[in-house]
Amino acid sequence: MDDLYRELIIDRYKNPLYRGELEPHDISFEDENPLCGDFIRIDLRVDEGGRVKEAVFSGHGCAISQASADLLIESVHGKNLDEIKTLTKEDVLEMLGLELGPVRLKCALLSLKVLKAGAYGLGEASDELVD
Amino acid sequence: MLDVTRIRSDFPILTREVRPGVPLVYLDSTATSQKPLAVIRAMDEFYRHSNANIHRGIHTLAEEATAKYEAARQKVAKFIGAASPRQVIFTRNTTEAINLVAFTWGRANLHPGEIIVLTEMEHHSNLVPWQILAAEKDIRLEFIPVGDDGLLDLKAYQKLLELEPRLVSFTHMSNVLGTITPAAQIIQMAHQAGAVALVDAAQSVPHFMVDVQALDADFLAFSGLKMCGPTGIGVLYGRKELLEAMPPFMGGGEMIRRVHLRSFVPHELPHKFEAGTPAIAEAIGLGEAVDYLTSTGMDAIAAHEREIIAYTLERLEEIPGVQVYGPTAEHRGGVAAFTLAGVHPHDISQILDSQGVAIRAGHHCAMPLHEKYNLPATARASFYLYNTFQEVDKLAEAIYKVKEVFGS
Repeated sequence: MDDLYRELIIDRYKNPLYRGELEPHDISFEDENPLCGDFIRIDLRVDEGGRVKEAVFSGHGCAISQASADLLIESVHGKNLDEIKTLTKEDVLEMLGLELGPVRLKCALLSLKVLKAGAYGLGEASDELVD
Repeated sequence: MLDVTRIRSDFPILTREVRPGVPLVYLDSTATSQKPLAVIRAMDEFYRHSNANIHRGIHTLAEEATAKYEAARQKVAKFIGAASPRQVIFTRNTTEAINLVAFTWGRANLHPGEIIVLTEMEHHSNLVPWQILAAEKDIRLEFIPVGDDGLLDLKAYQKLLELEPRLVSFTHMSNVLGTITPAAQIIQMAHQAGAVALVDAAQSVPHFMVDVQALDADFLAFSGLKMCGPTGIGVLYGRKELLEAMPPFMGGGEMIRRVHLRSFVPHELPHKFEAGTPAIAEAIGLGEAVDYLTSTGMDAIAAHEREIIAYTLERLEEIPGVQVYGPTAEHRGGVAAFTLAGVHPHDISQILDSQGVAIRAGHHCAMPLHEKYNLPATARASFYLYNTFQEVDKLAEAIYKVKEVFGS
């Protein structure tokens, strides 16, 4: 499975394009996968139409979790919150270009979980968001 | 000296390729061990020829099944040096065995404000049941610290004993650091302070000779799956007077002597603690595993693992960026948890898998220990009687490959 670690993932892990924090922000949400120590926080600024004009992520963890966060954040620029709410795990896997087993899937989906929980304005992120 | 080549031929799964041309290098025995054909066959034979429910029937199959189940109990009793098979209770696993003690002995004997001593390196299964009990009965939990050398701080333990705890419950061998604790000494100190001692022997019984009477253990728990036996079967050993005084754990068939509409009389040991139809085939499988380990020789197995782990520490420590946690080789069993600078253990594990090397990554059911060392996760390689020095080399090579992929 060396292709798992194809250049895109290693590159985005080592040289992320969207790492940072936004102060002030309109939406901020964070979550972790305590089972392995992956942690993602996402900050968004949205315009009056509810469209994302700025988005960044911060956190730490495995290459899959961090790279998928960077790719996901890239893709949400210009999307409105309703579109974000309909993002699925298939969308994330397509961005990564990967097939993943159930354990690594959690790494890849952590950022999506955080993003959707933020978009919904939830108190907590649940796995149901990414079913 | 172990004939590892011959041993490997007893384990059919070891010939597996995890992908075409990539043979399995199984370094995760601390999670579960592989099973020799003799164990697999014993369970298969049981279902093919002798399957029946036990203890009640009089027909031929029932008698055969009962005899096999009770023979397995006797084998286990002898293996751990128990005075009587009546002190060997079959459970589902180590976790259930510890829960059994917590919610029968613990509930009946502990009072608000009393203290249980555990350690900082316990597996969650020897932490959470006591946390649940502590909340229920307002009991205090105290912890023997682990030093930077991976060893328990016995001076600190001595101080904790001055608090007159009721129970000391500790691991015989850490599933993360590999530390083998001085169990006999810990138990003796506990007894001097008036405490009952429980040993989490999940990682010790499979890997070296453990004698419950020599240890003077009050309770001792372990699992079949980590000692070449099947999943679904574990053992609680207990001191006879303690077990006899304990109320039942689960209620139902098999654990009773008499039942009326509104009352029951529990059965005698060991049946008092074995409610419902047990994992019969699994117990038989465990008995077969005991035979296999005994005929291979526990001392030979322990010696082999000591050599393997010493070599592993040598090879890992020469890789730039690798840090291994835990004590030096003479204090540890065949477990090595490590990190590689700049690469998350999940990623290490994934790339190792692409090379056929199976290790574990995460916190290994020991979150408090990882928190103490400020580590979100570690990678862990663990060894057993069927691992070779070449496999250690493969582990090292695969870690170099990880460094290559991550450019670290």
